[in-house]
Amino acid sequence: MRAVASKAERAVTKRVLARFVAPLLAIAAGGRGRSRSRARAACAVLGLWFVFAQPARAQPTGAELLGSSNFADIQRGVEAVAGSGDPHALPILAAMQEGRLYARGDRSLAAKSSDGSYTDPLTGAAIANPGAVKPVRLNNNVRRALDAALGALRLFSPDPGTRQIAAEAIFKGRDPAALPALNRAIGEEKEPGVNRTMEQARASALLLKNDASDTDKLAAIATLRDRGDIDARAMLATLATGQPPAVTAAVAEAVNAIDLHLRLWSWLQNAYYGLSLGSVLLLAAAGLAITFGVMGVINMAHGELLMIGAYATYLVQNAIRAHAPLLSGASLLIAVPVAFVVAGAVGIAIERLMIRYLYGRPLETLLATFGLSLVLQQGVRSIFGPTNLSVTTPDWMSGAIGLGGLSLTANRLCIILFAIAVFAALQAALRYTSLGLRMRAVTQNRRMASAMGIRTPWIDAMTFGLGSGVAGMAGVALSQIDNVSPNLGQGYIIDSFMVVVFGGVGNLWGTAVGALTLGVLNKFLEPVAGAVLGKIVVLIAIILFIQRRPRGLFPTKGRFVEA
Amino acid sequence: MTAIGPTSDTVLYVNGVTKVFDGFRALNNLSLVLRPGEMRAIIGPNGAGKTTMMDVITGKTRPDTGQVVFDADTDLTKLDEPAIAQLGIGRKFQKPTVFEHHTVWDNLLLSLAGDRAPGFALFARQTKAERERIEGILRTVRLMEHRNRRGGDLSHGQKQWLEIGMLLAQEPKLLLVDEPVAGMTDHETAQTAELLREINRTRSVVVVEHDMDFVRALGVRVTCLHEGSVLSEGTIDHVSADPKVVEVYLGR
Amino acid sequence: MSRLAATLTIACVLGSALLLIVLNQATPPGSAAHVSTYAVSLAGKYLSYAMLALAVDLVWGFAGILSLGHAAFFALGGYAMGMYLMRQIGTRGVYANPDLPDFMVFLNWHELPWYWWGFNWFPVAVLAALLVPGILALVFGWLAFRSRVTGVYLSIITQALTYALLLAFFRNDMGFGGNNGLTDFKDMLGGISLQSDATRCGLLLATAILLSAAFLLTRAMVLSRYGKVLVAVRDAESRTRFLGYRPERYKLVAWVVSAMIASIGGALYVPQVGIINPGEFAPANSIEAVIWVAIGGRGTLSGAILGAVLVNFGKTLFTGALPELWLFALGGLFIAVTLFLPNGIIGLLPRRKDAAVDEPEQPPVLTTSEAAAREVTS
Repeated sequence: MRAVASKAERAVTKRVLARFVAPLLAIAAGGRGRSRSRARAACAVLGLWFVFAQPARAQPTGAELLGSSNFADIQRGVEAVAGSGDPHALPILAAMQEGRLYARGDRSLAAKSSDGSYTDPLTGAAIANPGAVKPVRLNNNVRRALDAALGALRLFSPDPGTRQIAAEAIFKGRDPAALPALNRAIGEEKEPGVNRTMEQARASALLLKNDASDTDKLAAIATLRDRGDIDARAMLATLATGQPPAVTAAVAEAVNAIDLHLRLWSWLQNAYYGLSLGSVLLLAAAGLAITFGVMGVINMAHGELLMIGAYATYLVQNAIRAHAPLLSGASLLIAVPVAFVVAGAVGIAIERLMIRYLYGRPLETLLATFGLSLVLQQGVRSIFGPTNLSVTTPDWMSGAIGLGGLSLTANRLCIILFAIAVFAALQAALRYTSLGLRMRAVTQNRRMASAMGIRTPWIDAMTFGLGSGVAGMAGVALSQIDNVSPNLGQGYIIDSFMVVVFGGVGNLWGTAVGALTLGVLNKFLEPVAGAVLGKIVVLIAIILFIQRRPRGLFPTKGRFVEA
Repeated sequence: MTAIGPTSDTVLYVNGVTKVFDGFRALNNLSLVLRPGEMRAIIGPNGAGKTTMMDVITGKTRPDTGQVVFDADTDLTKLDEPAIAQLGIGRKFQKPTVFEHHTVWDNLLLSLAGDRAPGFALFARQTKAERERIEGILRTVRLMEHRNRRGGDLSHGQKQWLEIGMLLAQEPKLLLVDEPVAGMTDHETAQTAELLREINRTRSVVVVEHDMDFVRALGVRVTCLHEGSVLSEGTIDHVSADPKVVEVYLGR
Repeated sequence: MSRLAATLTIACVLGSALLLIVLNQATPPGSAAHVSTYAVSLAGKYLSYAMLALAVDLVWGFAGILSLGHAAFFALGGYAMGMYLMRQIGTRGVYANPDLPDFMVFLNWHELPWYWWGFNWFPVAVLAALLVPGILALVFGWLAFRSRVTGVYLSIITQALTYALLLAFFRNDMGFGGNNGLTDFKDMLGGISLQSDATRCGLLLATAILLSAAFLLTRAMVLSRYGKVLVAVRDAESRTRFLGYRPERYKLVAWVVSAMIASIGGALYVPQVGIINPGEFAPANSIEAVIWVAIGGRGTLSGAILGAVLVNFGKTLFTGALPELWLFALGGLFIAVTLFLPNGIIGLLPRRKDAAVDEPEQPPVLTTSEAAAREVTS
C-alpha cells in the first residue's frame, strides 16, 4: 500500500515536471504565440509548485484564475489547472465544460450538482452555504483550451476506453500543444490499440508543427498512411503545399495509397450490401422458385404470403411477450416454423380451392391469384389496421461488427445466413426427402408419376404448400428490415418474378445466382446512378436480357423444351 | 448411298447433318436425297431422329453441322420457319394443328399461298380465284360439307385432313407429313393413303409413319432411321427384310 | 360480333353520353332529372377507362398477349395532355412564372427542359400522345416478339416496364412533377375553362366519339383477314409460322395500335379528372384493366367497354358507401370471373358459337355438290 502510494506520488511529480519543463524549453527555443502563453502558465505552475507540495487546503495551481472575469485569465487558468497534474484537475475542468462550475467570493470553486446543491470539487464535500456564486465564464477561446486540456488529461485516465477516445479526439483536433502530453502518454501506454491511436494522434499533430524535422514528418506521414481512413486522407491532403519536396512526394504517395485502400474497402462494403440485398431477394423469390419455377403456377399472391409470414412473426412476438417473456430473445427463431406452417397452410388452401381448377391456364391463374392478393391485403388491413406494426429486433440482431474497413450490420448478416440456411434446406428437401422425389417426378412427367401410383393432386397441394411456407419464412426475415403493413408483399412481387425469370425457371440454383447478381448489380449501380435510377436500369437490363435469353440464365435444357 | 453434291434433280438434299441436344445425338451425320416428284416414307423407332429431321428441314432447329439444300440452290440452314414455308415447304405436325376458332373455310383461306404481310391482310378482300381454290381443296380433302364448322369441332380424322388441305392451299413443292394416320380408322387410313398419292402427282412428299401397312399401301421408297442416321433404304420389301431393321425396329 | 351488337354498342356509348349532357345542360340544378357536372365527368372517366379496356382486349383477346403494363401507355398519354394543360396555366401559377410550371420553379430550375418544348401547342401534345407510347410500344414489342417472348414471360416483362416507368416518373429530376404529378390545370384550347359545365360536357362527348371511333377501328381490324391471322397466332402461333406468316409482325401492329388507343384514353382522362401522377403507372392499375376485360368478356370488343364501365361504376358506388369492402369485392370478382365466368358477362348472353370472329368475310357460296348433299341430308 505504501509502496503504491509513493510510486503514484513519483509519477505525479514526474508528470508535473514534464508539464512545465517542456514549455520552458519551448521559450528557450524562441517559440511564439501559443507556446509562449503556455510557458506563462508553466511559470505559474512553477511559482505554485511549493504551495502544491503542502497537503493543506490548496486549489490546483491557476484554479483561482478561473474565477476571474477576464477571458484571457480564465484561459490561462484552464491551462494551469490542466498542467498542474493535480488529480482534481479532471473533475474541475469537466464540471466547467458542462457549465456546472461556479466561483465563490473567496475565489474557491463550487460545482453545482443536478439537484441544485453545491459541492467542493476538491473534496467532494457538500457546501451548505455557498454564499454569492457566479458561474465560471466561457468563450470560444476558453472552450477550445478546455477541450484541449481535457483531451490531454484523459490520455492518462485509468480506463483504456477513455484514453482511446481522448487519443481519437486529439487525432481529430490536431493540436500540436498536445504533443508533449501525447509523448508521455505513449511512453506509458500498455494497450497496443490505444497506443496505435496515440501514435496516429501524434502524427496528425506533428504534421501541423512547422518546426518538425522532415524525418519526423515522413514518419508521421507513414503512420497516417497506415491508418488509411478518410480522416487520415483529409489531413494529408492539407499538407500538399509549402513542404520540402521529399515530404510533398511522400504525401502524394500516401494519399494515393489511402485512396486505393478506401476504394477497396468501399468496393467490399458495396459487395456486402449487394450480398445482403441479394439474400433478401433470394428469400423473397425462393418460394416462388417452387410455385412458379417448378410447378409453373403464376401466384400473384406470393407477396401476400410473405406478408402473412411477417404478421405471424408479429403475433408470435406478442404471444411470447404476454405469456413467456423469458423466451423473447428467441421469438424470431420460434416465429420461423410458425410462419412456415401458417403460410404453408394458406398455400395449400389456395391450391385446393382455386389453383387446381386453373392448371394449364397460366394467365387465368395470374388474374385469379391477383384477385386473391387484393382480398388477402384487405383482410389483413381489416384485422390489423392499415398502419405499420412494430416487430422488435432481438439484441443479438442489432449493432454492427467492424471488420477492417467494413461495417457488417448484424441484422443483415443474420438475413444472409438465414437465406443460406433456407436455400440449403429447400435443396435438401427436394433432393433427399421422398416428398421431394415425388414432387420432381410429378413436375417432370405427371402422367407417368400418376401411373406409378403417386397421388398427383396431393403432391400438387404439398408442393404449393412448400413454396408458400418458404415464403412465410422469408416473411419472418422481411419483418426485420421492412415495415410490417398490409402492403409489405407488393414491394417484392415484381422483384421476385424478375429473379426467378432471370435465373431460369425451374432451376433453384439459377434463382440463387439470379438473386445475388441482381442484388450486387443494384448496389453497385446505386452510388453511380442513385437508388431509384439504379433500380430502373436493372429492370430495363432484365427486360432486355429476357429478350435475348427468354429462358433465363440457366435454362432447363433438352430437346423437348418447346419455345 | 454415296454422297453426291446438290444437283438440279434434287428437291431436297440433306448431307451429313448432325444435331446434338445436351449430349444426346438426335441426328448423327444424316444424309438423304429426294428427287422432284418423289414420295418417301421414313420409318424408325422412337428417338431415331425423324421429328428432329423435320425440324431441321423446316427451320425450327438449326443443325450443328451439315448441309440442307432445297431445290438444288437454297441453303435452308440460314432461313427461319416463315421464310422456308414461303419457299414452298409445307409441314404437317404429328398432332393435328388447325386453327380451332376458325371455320374450315377460314383455315384454308389463311393457308392460301399469297402475300403474308400484315399490311396486305388488313385490307385483303376475298377474291373469286381464292374462293374457287378453296372449294377445290375442300373437295380434295372431302370436307366440303363441313366448311362452316369450326376447326375445333371436327373429328380427329377430319382435322388431319383439314391440315393436309391447309398444306395444299400453301401450294408447296415439298410436303413433310408427320404420322398422318395416327389414331385413324382403317377406312380413314386407306383414304389418307389415296389422298397422299393424289398429292404426290404434283408435289414431292416425305411421310413419317409407324404404321407399316400404311407404308406398304403407299408403295414408295422407304428410309429407315436409327439413332440419327440412315440404317437402311430401298423398297419396302428390301427394308423390311434387312436384318438390321428387323433387329432394331420391326422385331422378330 | 354481329353488326347488331356493334350498332348497339355505339348507340349505347353515344346515346348515354348525349343523354347525360342534355340532362346536365337543359335541366335546372335541383330538379329531379338534373345530372350534376360531377356525374358528367365521372362518365367521361369511365369512357376513358373503356378505351384502355378496348386496347387491352385487342392484344389480349385477339392476339393472346396478356399485357400487365397497359396502364403505362394510358399514363403516358395522360402525361402528354397534362404537359399541354400545364403550359396553358402560364402566369396563373403560384410562382407566376411565364415559362416554367410551378414545380420547376420550386425545384430551382431556370430553363424548360427540351422535352417540354412545343407542349403549349395542342397538336404537339396530341402528336406526342400518339407517338411516344407508339414508339415505346414499337421498340418494346419488336424486341419481345422477335425473340419469341410469349405468355407469362411477356406478361412479367410488361409489368416490369410499367414498374420501371413508375419509378422513373416518381423522380423529381425527370421533370414531370415527381410524386405530385401534374395538376392545377386551368383551361385548354385557347381559354376554355376546364371547370365549366359546358367544357365537361364537351369532354364527355369527345370521349364518347373517340371511343366509338376506336371501337370501329378495332372492330374493322379484328374482322379483317389480318384479325383472322391474329386469332390464328393466338391459338397456334407455330402453325402460322409454318404457313409462312411472321407472327411477330402481326402482333406488333396490334400492340402499337393498342398502345395508341390506350394513350388517347389517358389523354382524355386527364382533363376530366384534373390530375395525372405517377400512381397511374402502378402495376395494379394495369391488372385492373385486364379484369375489366375479363369481366366484360375477353375477345369481344363490346364486352371490354361494358366491363370497364360496370366495374368502375361499381367502384364508385362501393368506395363511397363501403370503402373497406371494395378490395374484397374487386378481388372476389377477379376470382369468380376466372373460375366461373371465363367468357365474361357477354358470354352469358345468347349468342352464336364463335367468340372471336363471327362474321366470315363473305359467306361461302353454296356449291352444287353441297346443295346436293343438303338435299340428301334434309
